[in-house]
Amino acid sequence: MIVTTQKPFEEISQYLEPYHNIMVVGCGTCATEVQTGGEKQVNEMAEKLTGKWSVQKMMIEVPCDERIARREWRKIQKESANLDALLCLTCGAGVQTLAEIADLPCIPGLNTHFIGKVERIGLYYERCRACGNCHLAETGGICPVTRCAKGLMNGPCGGMVDGKCEVGDYTRDCGWVLIWNRLRKLGRVDLFRKTREPRNFGQEAIPREIDNIHIRQAQIAEKIETE
Amino acid sequence: MTKAHSQLMKKIVSKKFVFTGELEPVETTDISSVLNEAKELLGCVTACNVTDNPASSVAVSSLVVSHLIQKEVGMEAIYQIRCSDRNRIALTSDLLGAAIFGIKNILALTGDHTFLGNMPNAKPVFDFDSTLLVRLINRMVNEGKDLTGNDIQGERPKFNIGVAANPNADPLEPEVLKVLRKIENGAQFIQTQVCFDVEKTIEFLRMFKVFQVPVLVGIFPMKSYGIAKGFIDNVPGVSIPDKLLTDLKKIKDNTSLSKEEKRKMYDQVNLDFFVPFIKELKKSKLCAGCHVMSVHYTELIPQLLKEGGFIK
Repeated sequence: MIVTTQKPFEEISQYLEPYHNIMVVGCGTCATEVQTGGEKQVNEMAEKLTGKWSVQKMMIEVPCDERIARREWRKIQKESANLDALLCLTCGAGVQTLAEIADLPCIPGLNTHFIGKVERIGLYYERCRACGNCHLAETGGICPVTRCAKGLMNGPCGGMVDGKCEVGDYTRDCGWVLIWNRLRKLGRVDLFRKTREPRNFGQEAIPREIDNIHIRQAQIAEKIETE
Repeated sequence: MTKAHSQLMKKIVSKKFVFTGELEPVETTDISSVLNEAKELLGCVTACNVTDNPASSVAVSSLVVSHLIQKEVGMEAIYQIRCSDRNRIALTSDLLGAAIFGIKNILALTGDHTFLGNMPNAKPVFDFDSTLLVRLINRMVNEGKDLTGNDIQGERPKFNIGVAANPNADPLEPEVLKVLRKIENGAQFIQTQVCFDVEKTIEFLRMFKVFQVPVLVGIFPMKSYGIAKGFIDNVPGVSIPDKLLTDLKKIKDNTSLSKEEKRKMYDQVNLDFFVPFIKELKKSKLCAGCHVMSVHYTELIPQLLKEGGFIK
């Protein structure tokens, strides 16, 4: 899940100041799940803005999927002719996808925080830094890149006290102690013993792109077969 | 067998019980007080650690200060270098500089998180951790290459590699296994976190006996009750024995004493605790010496070592 929170209304108002006709766009996926950009939040936001601004609203099931976003945008293009700006209650990927399609100022209504676990609504924990090289098979299903405050490959560091981390005043679990306890339980202390190689930051040097030719070819083949 | 490049390592290899001191430069352009402390320690300790942005608060470069205590004072440096603020390029670059300066001891540290220091919004680096830093230094020394495999021109650096260990760690097993990783990657000596419990320390040293990596046990004579209190507040996980703490507090609370009398009494409390402590460690034959971490309390160290009969 991409975990987002809503920006303060004052900040949103400031961004919208130069505009008159606003479209509030919601996300039917992650932002609906974490209740920051679902239908209810879109309605609430539209209500708050109405008066000072002329407001329309729309939901897009997956605004970060260009195909879906483009299709939905086409449907409303006529009504949208007089729009000045979009207020996107989506994650950053959603805002940027919409900005490419709509050719209008796209104002983020949310702050995007992390890929995380939902424990309950309002309680989220970061679980993945999208490093592009998953080590979970060797670390008992606990990510050192995410759960260790320093993202160390060979922990724990000297900042661990009673299994807690020096960052956050010793209230949070040390990721490497969690890994140790899990590997011990799994009977895989051997995995803890080994020295892990330095991370490859070169692969993150530019905005990452994936062009999986096999998936694309399979898609084309499937399409031909159906036709 | 470890090749001894530094005086420190040579003494350790020849089975002499050694002492190392600690210098903690601050955010300054004037290091005269640090150089004076180094002078006071000459003849008492074999080498001095120079801390690198301790607790992630900015300080003048530990490389520069390490060089100057060697050049201007004649004190051998243990150059501390942390991964908190440097990526592998900067680490390699500074280590090459250290080699040119003739620095022979490196203490390879992961370092505190930048969030703990006086610039909490800084970007934490941690490209490497202490284990990988040890591997890098080892490769520079033994193969004349950096960790990516690029050749280093000129003579290979001559470093002895030290690492930190914490006998107070809880849980202890992952700490021990981590130190083993560092040993496997080339660590040649260990300096421990501050210890006050001699039995616990000896138990820890026993675990490392089989690996034959010399350990210097960290000790921390405390100049005043305030320093002790600061230590308790800032170094969680290490407890000062009740009796020692009470003795220090009694001195602080005694309003009838003059400043000089208090000084003498503080010194005596430290001598009473640490002389037997070091003697016990030495008797155990499990450690190579002690690392005395009393920053700004250098005046006690000659007295401590003389009283214990460790120096003449």
